[in-house]
Amino acid sequence: MFSEQSSSATPGLSDNGSAVSDKYGAGPPPLTDTDLLEMYRTMVLSRKLDQRIWQMNRQGRAAIVASAQGHEAAQVGAIRALDPERDRFYIYYRELTTMLALGVTPLELLLGFLAKEGEPLSGARQFPLHGAIDRDRRDIVSFSNVVATQLPQAVGVALADKMRGEKRVTVAYFGDGASSMGETHEAMNFASIHRLPVIFFCENNKYAISVPISQQMNIESIATRASAYGMPGIEVNGFDPVAVYEAVGAAANLALSGQGPTLVEAVVERFLPHTSDDDDTRYRPPEDLEGIRDLDPIPATEKILRASGTLDDALDEEIKSLAQKIVNQATEDAENAPFPEPQDFYEQVYAPGSPGDQS
Amino acid sequence: MTEITFRQALQRGLREALDADPNVFLMGEDIGKYDGAYAVTQGLLEKYGPDRVRDTPISEAAFVGAGVGAAVAGLRPVVELMSMSFSLVASDQIVNMAAKIRYMSGGQLKVPMVLRAPTGGGVQLAATHSQSFENWYASVPGLKVVTPSTPYDALGLLRSSIEDDNPVIFAENALLYATRGDVPDAEYFVPIGVADVKRTGTDITLVGWAHGIVTLMAAAEKLAETGVSAEVVDLRSLRPLDMETVIESVEKTGRALVLDENWRTAGFGAEIAAEIGYRSSDYLDGPVARVSGTDTPSPYSRPLEQLGIPQVAWVIDEIEKTYGI
Ligand SMILES: Cc1ncc(C[n+]2csc(CCOP(=O)(O)OP(=O)(O)O)c2C)c(N)n1
Repeated sequence: MFSEQSSSATPGLSDNGSAVSDKYGAGPPPLTDTDLLEMYRTMVLSRKLDQRIWQMNRQGRAAIVASAQGHEAAQVGAIRALDPERDRFYIYYRELTTMLALGVTPLELLLGFLAKEGEPLSGARQFPLHGAIDRDRRDIVSFSNVVATQLPQAVGVALADKMRGEKRVTVAYFGDGASSMGETHEAMNFASIHRLPVIFFCENNKYAISVPISQQMNIESIATRASAYGMPGIEVNGFDPVAVYEAVGAAANLALSGQGPTLVEAVVERFLPHTSDDDDTRYRPPEDLEGIRDLDPIPATEKILRASGTLDDALDEEIKSLAQKIVNQATEDAENAPFPEPQDFYEQVYAPGSPGDQS
Repeated sequence: MTEITFRQALQRGLREALDADPNVFLMGEDIGKYDGAYAVTQGLLEKYGPDRVRDTPISEAAFVGAGVGAAVAGLRPVVELMSMSFSLVASDQIVNMAAKIRYMSGGQLKVPMVLRAPTGGGVQLAATHSQSFENWYASVPGLKVVTPSTPYDALGLLRSSIEDDNPVIFAENALLYATRGDVPDAEYFVPIGVADVKRTGTDITLVGWAHGIVTLMAAAEKLAETGVSAEVVDLRSLRPLDMETVIESVEKTGRALVLDENWRTAGFGAEIAAEIGYRSSDYLDGPVARVSGTDTPSPYSRPLEQLGIPQVAWVIDEIEKTYGI
């Protein structure tokens, strides 16, 4: 079929997404300045929380962190085009902003990073940002320590939704590196055959730990693979939250109207090493990062909001200090939380009370 | 002799093998500039170049399968997996292919491939990165499964594994990488399938492998304080399995304990215990004692995780319970 570039060099409300909507029918409703302001708030909060968690790792308090810095605009733009209560989210470990945009609180997230009692995703059993949360209100699932496992599963829940006639979108999040896995191919093929309501959302930060994209694949754009499965592929500038909103909105409309899956590739940058365990100076040439920070989507969005008169010094200061306050409070509460009780250890290996249950 | 770490021993083994045979090459995720997930391949890309030290995409089925193919074609690939847990993604290539190609081709083809993988838990990597599948692979005819516990064994066994004409699963317990020990300065090989008595004793035989040996040596030290003389037998490989050395020791001491850090049910420790019971029951003062990891996935939270990992005290308590010594 087709693959489309809708990337614009700088974030802006003006020229983004229109090509996508023209091509794929009705796009999502246009964003207002207030929408963008709210997205900006989430990005600011995410960045501050991310910095805090990284700092806590350096102090030996959080075992491991995969930072979302550089991915914020892509993540917040995607969620804006979806319905947190209607849709399903099969995320991977780099989705801090996605989590916040879906309404997971900084405290809930910090309890996860510190593996404390009350950790809502897995009961402190799984890696930070792994598990399942609050399934009555939101369907966020993530088990992908082993990369790409979430893709076939996302396809499966979309299949179940289709079989039951329920109208919702399932989003499968993954990195450029995970796109090399066999499961990625198998999931896309399966979803397209059955026209399942899935959005394959690839956050391409051009590195799989140390391996640059040139050594992962011999193509320029991951979105071009979509044509091999008979589904649309949209490449979008992941530093532009509005462009991502447009692309994901178009994909959601296709999914909800029974036209099947879409592959959306948000091209982003990884501002920090792969995880807190990594030292990227070993493999990442300095020129690679040079200039990238100048494109940081958070100050870029700030600029747009100021230009449209939506944001002034006072409001910006308020947003930033409020975010810092929230992060500080969450840090304090998470640190004061106890570790899980030893008796929790045997729980939930099996259904409570079923033969084999050792708890 | 020089004292080096387990990690350095593996790295020296890889260097020696790369120097000795132009057919040897390395393949895996982030083994080049990144030095490998546990820094085993540090400096090798620089020395041997990108043809012989190959970074792969994240696609275990593809690069393990490619390793099988390259081995069939006459090369000697040493494939690194970032975690034994990820071997499951390639398990079809390992179990259905690598293990059986010699047999299924009536001996016309062989698969001289080594699959190296960090294994085990204890470092807060949670349920899907803290597993040991050595025992599963050890039940597959056609594979060899090597489980060193010291730098000396790691180096000597790695050299033997790379020269072996059969596929070898080389399990590196991640808790061992930083441990130290003496190795000879000259090249040497440790044969696969020969257990090693790591400590001699007269009262009880403690059997284990890999990181379990660290725990058993510490337990033996503790037992000595109360006048119990323990002999520690390190299996060094699970397949082929040297039961002779184990049996000889058990028949000398009359007591046996098997430590398996992995899940208890259907674990490899059960195989050893059953074999000792079957062959040496006349010599035993009681049942074979068993210590193992708990039958749970490995949790992320540190206090919870520690509850599942066999400790020295578990060994001492189990001996007391079983034999009253
Ligand atoms: C099957 C599998 N192989 C290897 C790994 C180790 N690993 C964890 S993250 C990662 C890189 C993933 O890169 P990408 O998908 O691009 O996501 P990013 O971290 O860059 O966001 C690797 C190799 C894994 N988790 N799963």
